Amino acid sequence: MSEMVTMPTMRPVDVAARRDAESQTTRETVFDIQGLQASYGSNVAVKGVDLEIYQNLITAVIGPSGCGKSTFIRCLNRMNDEVPSFRHEGKILYHGIDLYGDGVEPVEVRRRIGMVFQKANPFPKSIYDNVAWAPRVLGLKKNLDERVEKALQGAALWDEVKDRLKRSALGLSGGQQQRLCIARAIAVEPEVLLLDEPASALDPIATQRIEELMHGLKEEYTIVIVTHNMQQAARVADRTAFFSIDSDESGRYGVLVEYDETPKIFTAPSDKRTEDYVTGRFG
Amino acid sequence: MATVEHALSLRGDRRVRRRRVVNRLAEASATIAAMLAIFVLGVVVWAIAKRGAGELSWGFLTGDLPLPFSGESGGIAPLLVGSGILVGLATGMALPVGVLIAVFLEEFASPAVRAPIQLAVDLLNGLPSIIIGVFVFGLLVYGHPQNGWAGAVGLAIVMLPLITRATQEVLRLVPSAHREGALALGASRWRTVLGITLPSALGGILTGTVLAIARATGETAPLLFATSIFGRTINWNPGHAMPNLTVQIFIWSESADPQDHKRAWASALVLLIFVLVTSLVARTLLARSRRKLNR
Repeated sequence: MSEMVTMPTMRPVDVAARRDAESQTTRETVFDIQGLQASYGSNVAVKGVDLEIYQNLITAVIGPSGCGKSTFIRCLNRMNDEVPSFRHEGKILYHGIDLYGDGVEPVEVRRRIGMVFQKANPFPKSIYDNVAWAPRVLGLKKNLDERVEKALQGAALWDEVKDRLKRSALGLSGGQQQRLCIARAIAVEPEVLLLDEPASALDPIATQRIEELMHGLKEEYTIVIVTHNMQQAARVADRTAFFSIDSDESGRYGVLVEYDETPKIFTAPSDKRTEDYVTGRFG
Repeated sequence: MATVEHALSLRGDRRVRRRRVVNRLAEASATIAAMLAIFVLGVVVWAIAKRGAGELSWGFLTGDLPLPFSGESGGIAPLLVGSGILVGLATGMALPVGVLIAVFLEEFASPAVRAPIQLAVDLLNGLPSIIIGVFVFGLLVYGHPQNGWAGAVGLAIVMLPLITRATQEVLRLVPSAHREGALALGASRWRTVLGITLPSALGGILTGTVLAIARATGETAPLLFATSIFGRTINWNPGHAMPNLTVQIFIWSESADPQDHKRAWASALVLLIFVLVTSLVARTLLARSRRKLNR
């Protein structure tokens, strides 16, 4: 917890100040989330989320455990469909199209909106096949070798693995495995990358590599990252959404407290709860 | 520092000693019961080996069936070929269906649909094999000549729940993170099963199949009405009744010719060796694929 206490005096401010102050008005809206409520059975996980996510920016979602940030991000590519008890209300518009609308295929959604998970989950196949599997399945078989190389380069992994593409992916280090998962995701050329705490199981050096990688990836992709590490959000994100936990007679549920440019969230939050959280007084 | 009233003693009183004796007794009886299992297996193997080993020879394994009371030595080649074909055909039927049932139960079925099908599979597993024999007779043999296909169907019914169960167990061992990873790439569920889940589970499926083969090879009842009146030479055509080990062991053991009893013991030894070896191979395979999955 000591890192959180010292937070306000250190890097986030410098880093945030360096960033080009891009105005979101010039950016196209990728996700327009309106009044989203997501629940598992009778448990409401998040409630009343209104949020716009902009193209080619990194948007961080931060907040304490149980505030529904993972639930939220999993709504964006319909991964929650796999949970039988999942229900949602409200709308998620992706370029104006309702993601949960009639005739929308989850499979098509997930191809365009890729996801990387908390724990690296490479398939028990070779490094090459990990990246090539999805393009093959989706019928993108032309120039497969080039596609694999491009994806591995995009994930800053190519130089480390180019001589052992046929070896098992399970022999890679944790950080390499996670970058392989990123390579796997970008191999099908999605527009959006959802990263669900991608560095939480990694050591600081591997984490730094992932963060550097994200800065490069945002040229081509729109990135949404869930993280419980506030410094990480401050270092990488253009905009930050702070979720917190509310409760009423029906139980505890996550809410979106504040959503703004990252420097503002960390230096001049407008909500007391945000301030308490980013200064380490809570969470 | 113990005071006079609370002198510390770690020597148990009578009650503690009694509990120790009861504990010892329970442990001993459980150990004896476990030894009994090994003992029974040992006695069976020993008895069959003692009576059957004398008859075993290359000629016995490769010769045609002898005429009764002819005095010729004869052999069991037609039985080995017939049993092989019957079990092979049964495996061909039961393996794809059994794996698909397991895939449905573990990967697609909602809990409400799953429960009754799971129950049906479990009941099928407990179905007395003579009932399978009668069923197959009524369905496929009655009104036709006996044939190998009917026997194979009977054996397939025996194998089906075994393969399904084994496949289910390994599918459950496949980490759900792999499925999620595949789905998140835009793969359909079936593609995920085919490309990610089943390859991981392959070792376990093979093991289950080998165990089912060992079991089916030793089944008599499903064949009794389907393929029990056969010739003395090798038959490759399942359209006709196929000679097979288990039914012939039964026939020989009922025979009045003492020479046939020896043949029955020798055939039983061959069958026993096959079943023991395949079971052991299967278990080794299973241990290996478990280790691979748990890594």
